[in-house]
Amino acid sequence: MSGPQDGDPPAAIRVSRLTKSYGDVLAVNRLSFSVPVGTTAALLGGNGAGKTTTISMLLGLLLPTHGRVSVLGVDMLKRRYDVLPRMNFSSPYVDLPKRLSARENLMVYARLYGLKKPSRRIGDLAGELDLTAFMDRPSGTLSAGQRTRLALAKALLNEPDVLLLDEPTASLDPDTGDRIRSYLEAYRDTRQATILLASHNMAEVERLCSQVMMMRAGRIVDQGSPAELIRRYGRANLEDVFLDIARHRRTGDAREAAA
Amino acid sequence: MSPAEAKVAGTRGPIASWRRLQAMVLRYVYLYRGSWPRLLELTYWPTLQMVMWGFLTIFLASKSGFFVQAGGVLIAAVLLWDVLFRSSLGVSLSFLEEMWSRNLGHIFVSPLRPGEFVAALTLMSLLRVLIGVIPAALLAIWLYEYSVFDMGLPLIAFFTNLQVMGWSFGLIVCGLLMRYGLGAESIAWFAIFAIAPFSAIYYPLSVMPDWLQWIAGILPSTHVFEGMRSVLIDKTFRTDLLFNAVALNAVYLTVAVAVFLRFFRSARERGLILQIGE
Repeated sequence: MSGPQDGDPPAAIRVSRLTKSYGDVLAVNRLSFSVPVGTTAALLGGNGAGKTTTISMLLGLLLPTHGRVSVLGVDMLKRRYDVLPRMNFSSPYVDLPKRLSARENLMVYARLYGLKKPSRRIGDLAGELDLTAFMDRPSGTLSAGQRTRLALAKALLNEPDVLLLDEPTASLDPDTGDRIRSYLEAYRDTRQATILLASHNMAEVERLCSQVMMMRAGRIVDQGSPAELIRRYGRANLEDVFLDIARHRRTGDAREAAA
Repeated sequence: MSPAEAKVAGTRGPIASWRRLQAMVLRYVYLYRGSWPRLLELTYWPTLQMVMWGFLTIFLASKSGFFVQAGGVLIAAVLLWDVLFRSSLGVSLSFLEEMWSRNLGHIFVSPLRPGEFVAALTLMSLLRVLIGVIPAALLAIWLYEYSVFDMGLPLIAFFTNLQVMGWSFGLIVCGLLMRYGLGAESIAWFAIFAIAPFSAIYYPLSVMPDWLQWIAGILPSTHVFEGMRSVLIDKTFRTDLLFNAVALNAVYLTVAVAVFLRFFRSARERGLILQIGE
């Protein structure tokens, strides 16, 4: 995987030879990629491929063994607090306090992010993400889909320039999932935001992403736009490409490229 | 200044730092407001302890001239020990709330600095102690006609030193919780009791063997309780004991913050923050 070159479009996320090992186990192995400003990219791979580990390192929740991460031009290992106000994330592995109402949770995070008019922003997000009717209910009593939308509302509170989403539409019914995808597309386009997501929903990735990085055993084994990957593997959709890669099959141009 | 620069600039400086601290306190206020068992827990033990030891004091006063002369020494000791215990527990329980709710990942990717998180935990600890101990102290006036507030200014010195010592223990417990997960939760409840026998809470330091007095001497709490007895029995405020307690607490708190931050880094190296659990 090549590093950044002169003339590349400005990168919102730049990862260089990122490695994370736990003893003898290599969770992420010399990962290098960049995500241009204003685009959506996806990390795809089976369970244990290293997607969540990579996102954790991008957020600074996990320290890499080797390598560098910069977000919006800021070195995340040295100056993460210079860029955290411009980032946010949601993940099914992290909850919001269940005893607090949706509104209380959002108010706490709005203040942590230093929002000037938190109530207005919370009200706007509640409307846009169809949360208004549940705002005063304890978060723990919300359905899985409502909690997913609440987590997304929290991730959007500070109008981040870089948004990291782990399974952003998990637990959502097809209608709500579609509306959330439209919302994310509009958010990215209007704010020139950069989104990096990890997802197992291939249709979602095909629709949202201009760049896909296929991971296996902690490495990027292939990358490109969804259309490029589908063509390269001679498949009808990204799900079949995913299965080829997960099962170590090479088909079409991918076989020729490997040869 | 671009909007992006303004967004970052708005999170810098002491005012922004204070606002984040307030946000964390607000998070706990919301929690307690919606949970009566948590509120009850704050006042339950301090009040119960004070009532029991108050009756014991009345009984002992009827049998011994010492307790007639030094009335309230046991009640004061109970209340001040509870300050220490509640202070430590206040820090670790607030941290445990984040672990129980699997919220640490969100907290540590927000602009909240670890130092601010520590400050929020200690501020919450102070509020919990005040809510827990003040009603018990007021009840002692009503039940036993004994006011711990009669100690005057020395009480502030004793309270502050015990509060700070409790923070130190609580922060080290939080570090252990980060490293060993919720399986180490019970440490939060029993850790501080390990020093109770050596803190000279209910008896003077002089009753301990010489070698134990040396161990007791490195605990700030020992100097506080010795000082308390000096005020209540000898009517003398000993500044030497206060100085000892303050100096030891400065060391304890510095070490505790360093230990907390080291465990935080270790949790980031080991990937524990997103995997907090048993």
